[in-house]
Amino acid sequence: MKTVLISLKIFLFFTLLTGIVYPLLVTGIAQFVFPAKANGSFVVKGDKITGSELIGQQFNSPAYFSSRPSAVSYNPLPSGGSNYGLTNLKLKKFVDSCKIQFISFNHLDRMAGIPSEMVFMSASGLDPHISPEAALMQLGRIIKARNFNAAQEQKLRQCIRELTEAPQFLCLGEERINVLLLNLATDKIQ
Amino acid sequence: MTAQELIQVLLFFGVLICMTPLLGNYMYKVFSGEKHFMSYVLGWLEKLTYKFSGIQADEESNWKSYTFGLLLFNFIGFVFLFLMQRIQSFLPLNPAHLPNVSWQLSFNTAISFMTNTNWQSYAGETTLSYFVQMTGLAVQNFVSAASGIAVLLALVRGLSRKTTEKIGNFWTDLTRTTVYILLPLSVLFAIVLVGQGVVQNFKPYESIHTLSGAQQIIPMGPAASQIAIKQLGTNGGGFFNANSAHPFENPTPFSNFLEMLFLLLIPAALTYTYGKMVGSIRQGWTIFSVMLILLIAGLCISLYAEYSANPVFGHLRLMEGKETRFGIVNSVLWSTSTTAASNGSVNAMQDSLTPIAGMIAMINLMLGEIIFGGVGSGLYGMVVFIIITVFIAGLMVGRTPEYLGKKIEAFEVQMAIIAILLPNVVIQLFSAWASVSSFGLSGLNNAGPHGLSEILYAYSSAAGNNGSAFAGLNANTVFYNLTLGFGMLIGRFGVIIPVMAIAGSMGTKKTTPMSAGTFRTDNGLFIGLLIAVILIIGGLTHFPAISLGPLVEHLLMNAGMTF
Amino acid sequence: MSTKLNTGFFNKKILFQAAKESVIKLNPALQIKNPVIFIVAIGSVLTTIIVFSGIFRGSFSSFNLQIAVWLWFTVLFANFAEAVAEGRGKAQAESLRRNRTQTMARRIVGKQEVSVNATELKKGDIVRCRAGEVIPSDGEVIEGIASVDESAITGESAPVIRESGGDRSAVTGGTKVISDWILICITMETGNTFIDRMIALVEGAKRQKTPNEIALLMLLSGLTIIFLLVVVTLPAFFGYCLAASGLPMSQNLTIPVLIALLVCLIPTTIGGLLSAIGISGMDRLIQRNVIATSGRAIEAAGDVDVLLLDKTGTITLGNRMATDFIPVEGVKVEELANAAQLSSLSDETPEGRSIVILAKEKFNIRGREVHQLNATFIPFTAQSRMSGVDLKTDDNIIHRIRKGSSEAIRTFIQNNNGFYPQEIQDIVSELARQGATPLVVAEDNKVMGVIHLKDIVKGGIKHRFAELRKMGIKTIMITGDNPLTAAAIAAEAGVDDFMAEARPEDKLRRIRDEQAKGHLVGMIGDGTNDAPALAQADVGLAMNTGTQAAREAGNMVDLDSNPTKLIEVVEVGKQLLMTRGSLTTFSIANDVAKYFAIIPAIALSLYSGENGSGPLSALNIMNLASPQSAILSAVIFNAVIIVLLIPLALKGVRYKPVSASTALTRNLLIFGLGGIIAPFIGIKLIDILINL
Repeated sequence: MKTVLISLKIFLFFTLLTGIVYPLLVTGIAQFVFPAKANGSFVVKGDKITGSELIGQQFNSPAYFSSRPSAVSYNPLPSGGSNYGLTNLKLKKFVDSCKIQFISFNHLDRMAGIPSEMVFMSASGLDPHISPEAALMQLGRIIKARNFNAAQEQKLRQCIRELTEAPQFLCLGEERINVLLLNLATDKIQ
Repeated sequence: MTAQELIQVLLFFGVLICMTPLLGNYMYKVFSGEKHFMSYVLGWLEKLTYKFSGIQADEESNWKSYTFGLLLFNFIGFVFLFLMQRIQSFLPLNPAHLPNVSWQLSFNTAISFMTNTNWQSYAGETTLSYFVQMTGLAVQNFVSAASGIAVLLALVRGLSRKTTEKIGNFWTDLTRTTVYILLPLSVLFAIVLVGQGVVQNFKPYESIHTLSGAQQIIPMGPAASQIAIKQLGTNGGGFFNANSAHPFENPTPFSNFLEMLFLLLIPAALTYTYGKMVGSIRQGWTIFSVMLILLIAGLCISLYAEYSANPVFGHLRLMEGKETRFGIVNSVLWSTSTTAASNGSVNAMQDSLTPIAGMIAMINLMLGEIIFGGVGSGLYGMVVFIIITVFIAGLMVGRTPEYLGKKIEAFEVQMAIIAILLPNVVIQLFSAWASVSSFGLSGLNNAGPHGLSEILYAYSSAAGNNGSAFAGLNANTVFYNLTLGFGMLIGRFGVIIPVMAIAGSMGTKKTTPMSAGTFRTDNGLFIGLLIAVILIIGGLTHFPAISLGPLVEHLLMNAGMTF
Repeated sequence: MSTKLNTGFFNKKILFQAAKESVIKLNPALQIKNPVIFIVAIGSVLTTIIVFSGIFRGSFSSFNLQIAVWLWFTVLFANFAEAVAEGRGKAQAESLRRNRTQTMARRIVGKQEVSVNATELKKGDIVRCRAGEVIPSDGEVIEGIASVDESAITGESAPVIRESGGDRSAVTGGTKVISDWILICITMETGNTFIDRMIALVEGAKRQKTPNEIALLMLLSGLTIIFLLVVVTLPAFFGYCLAASGLPMSQNLTIPVLIALLVCLIPTTIGGLLSAIGISGMDRLIQRNVIATSGRAIEAAGDVDVLLLDKTGTITLGNRMATDFIPVEGVKVEELANAAQLSSLSDETPEGRSIVILAKEKFNIRGREVHQLNATFIPFTAQSRMSGVDLKTDDNIIHRIRKGSSEAIRTFIQNNNGFYPQEIQDIVSELARQGATPLVVAEDNKVMGVIHLKDIVKGGIKHRFAELRKMGIKTIMITGDNPLTAAAIAAEAGVDDFMAEARPEDKLRRIRDEQAKGHLVGMIGDGTNDAPALAQADVGLAMNTGTQAAREAGNMVDLDSNPTKLIEVVEVGKQLLMTRGSLTTFSIANDVAKYFAIIPAIALSLYSGENGSGPLSALNIMNLASPQSAILSAVIFNAVIIVLLIPLALKGVRYKPVSASTALTRNLLIFGLGGIIAPFIGIKLIDILINL
């Protein structure tokens, strides 16, 4: 009986400590030190939030750089991947159609060299990044769709260079570019 | 693989190896009740816990009352968590107005978090409120991890003490682990994570209009505080459905590096603590080496498979179910680590790994979650294998086998066998049932051999208290919620109870002094031997199933077949 | 006894008997004692039923029949192994029984002798045995002295002396009095005598499983359950694969194939040989003329890490020899030799005799008759600690010559108002330091000099101790000598430690101390006062020549009464455990190859294209001819390996006194690695053979 009482009391105590005090403490510090990041790293355009820097968005317009294919169409409720195994015929078909779509959409003339993230679905379905190669391959289409002149094209290339994130601390992770930020930057080019 | 990718792997293991003695030594001080720098900072909290709960901190008990306390405490946790989900809609902090959770899902989730498994048949952002996540799930993340460590501590005391029934005080072990280790590390880690972009707020979900004009509802919540402990406590249950692949849960390569490191940190450091507690740091490093070798071997095979071309996709880099910022190397490193440690969080979809990389992940689960394993549970599981190894090999030197001077006799062998057997019963029987029944087969997301892999993986994950999944499997059905729930229970307590019995029986034994005739358990030969026994027992048990699942899938994929 | 019997593996009689026994052992009540083999037996029955029901339904399968036959052979081979091991013991028991004839006893009732049947004797009865009579039961000599022929139990034909009091008082029922008579107090009821127990032990009738055997059986049962699970669930996984590859469910695994797989996986090799190993361990002890009262004792012998060894007989040759006379200044060496010889003339101890011999060899002093000298012999007593003679000269003056330890003589001299010179002290300590025993000789109040008695350390004993050290066994020499002497001998013999001036209670205390430190202690003893220590020790080896109390207290009896035997006993114990461990490792390691034979065989058709050979045929690394021959080869290998390993189980693995790590490495290479490789070769060969 004594043990039952102790169990109950200590459970209650830890619920208070780790279930309430702890998250409140972390929230307090976080809101104080990193308020923007703690609240979702939102990107504001004008006076409206256009999204989170971290959450990818779907771009179908030829004037925007496309994001990766997503199993949830960039709807975060809930996030997730396709969970297709590599021997799944659906995946094979999906990848093949992505390839064809990517080539025709971007007016490319070769099959080879398509960055693989543009034909495979991400794990979260919300991947905000693509590789710089994938951005460069879409460059021609964007320029055409936006009727950019040579100077603007240079600016756009400049944007891609600037927005390309190198591996963190020189070695961690992959080289990548945030599609939302790139598209926002593209919009700013006059 | 490029040099930069290789450097990430080396850096990861380098930091892990360096942190092991540092944290290990600190934990030794905490567990042995010595003074340490944190006792000046948080000593009051420890005392307050005892005072509030009416605990006599220096009162030790035998293995039966220790186990009883642990079981009771866990049971209370289960009941609370179950009820909390059932009445979620009446509780505060539910800005998304999520409804009450069904009984079978509540059952599964409550068991899952109480057993340190964190199997998730649900998607966090669409099922559970902030309140349930933080006062229900996160609390269990702390105390289930602390419970695992408590069992380990009892076992270590049994091994290192002589002729006594007393193996410690469960409440003290629970409190010290939580207050001095899990809590401070979590606070620190959570804040670093927020610095990288992990959300931490109580705001309602944010509805926005995207650049293309579509509506996107972005979930919010106190994620960082929960992610910190889910990594540290080898729990692995994501705040969001995509777990650590979700950009809010794991936004940058650096947060990824830390999360990977933290999921192995405590299990790795515990080997050092173990060595110190049994009086020979070499013993600790021996176990560490076994774990590290098995982990790296698995990693190499997985990486090789992931980087190999195959006839289905040619030379495409296999980015299915992987995030751009992590790339293949971090995804595979995570997948191997999270299944080796009984963490189960993911930063890439296990279901979409190559068959061989998926197989390695599955083998990590099937071996009993002992390659670092869960906090505490990995090491006590490893000790079970050590007992079997010492018994088989120890006879070969012509003496009654002994480990750390304690004779291994019929009772210990029996308990060790039960501890190895029960999780395997779960994997074999439930998988077999699911693979022939319509309830089992209806949840599959993939046809062909990969479907069998999904089933095998699910029960291996439950039995090993891992929690990761070949997530294509739709497990939120009565059949899966119940079988997986019971699987997790057996996988947890079917090991804990025999281990506690071993602890009790070892404590009452005399310690034989070392001599040249003693079978050494701290040299290279033993490392090789232990690895061989682990692989042979695991291999013999699961070879047929594995060959019919991932192995045949690999062969078929190489023949260009799809299903 | 063992030397007279051919109990080797190839004794035809034993083999024939064992073959018969192995069929009798099929009785389920007996078979269930071995759970692993019992599972095989159930499998055999099931398969047989399937074969016959097939015949009745007109679908005879020769493959199933062959499986059934080989499964039965597996069971029979395992039974055979046990029967052979038991057979050897039975043969020995037979020869023991022959000696235990129905005897009559003369029971003393009051003052009369009543002739009764030996079986009617009760504990506490007193019987008289005369020359030519067989001693009716175990007992203690309470009066008289006799020479007894104990060849019935020891195999040694030279008679031994049994007398009342002292350490040679125990007699064994079934032995024969050769000369004189003795009165015996019976200490054992019929049916529980030494010989009865020996018969029971060697026959294995009362064989109980030892602790390690039980633990191993747990492990084997656990593995069996795991493999049972694997086999039971396999049809489900297989069914999934059939459906996924579009094959009909009717192609699912048949029960005989599943049983074959199960039998191949469960540890039948060690399961079949386990009891044979245990029995033969007992047997090997008996061949060394040591009887253990339980199998547990043999295992404990393997665990012993501290040995208490008596100096005399174990480390040194039984007796000390006089090698020199060292006179004090002013005494001629001949005078000393003369006095020494006189004091020893009636001293029948080996030391005494060696003094007489030395005096004769060195100074040609001939032996003299004591009574002619008008002398009285003063024997050695524990109180006086010296011996000598009192010589009465013609003028009735009594000269007292004494020899004894330094302290005893000093007391003697001082009592006679003599002077005990420092010189003697120096000589004594110098000799003691060299490990010799100095005996000081004095005549009346004058010290004559010192006799140098030397202990002769046995040849090769130092090497033996070095081996023991390598095995991690600490040796402690027990001696009544003073610490200086003891230290010197200890150093010469290379023991790790010694106990000087040890009394029985010191031994007991030392054993308790070592045990408290966690050691397992082995010791040897014979006297009644050794009994507590023998009982306390983990392995107490009693000498057969010792007292009944000692024999009862120990858990082993050495029929040869050879103190070195303790070391051999330890080796037998270690060998027993090693054999068990090695064959277990071998048995488990075998499974790897069996998987590679059976899994590709059963999974061949899965996901197969037009050619009928699916992707998993890639696992057929042995390139076995067909699925059926692959399964059959694995089953045959599994059965045959039991028979092939019987000699090893009976003989034990090769034993060498090396450190634990070396032994482990060696056994791992042979039985671990060998266990993985051997079946690959074996199964391949059988596959070739059956496809010829």
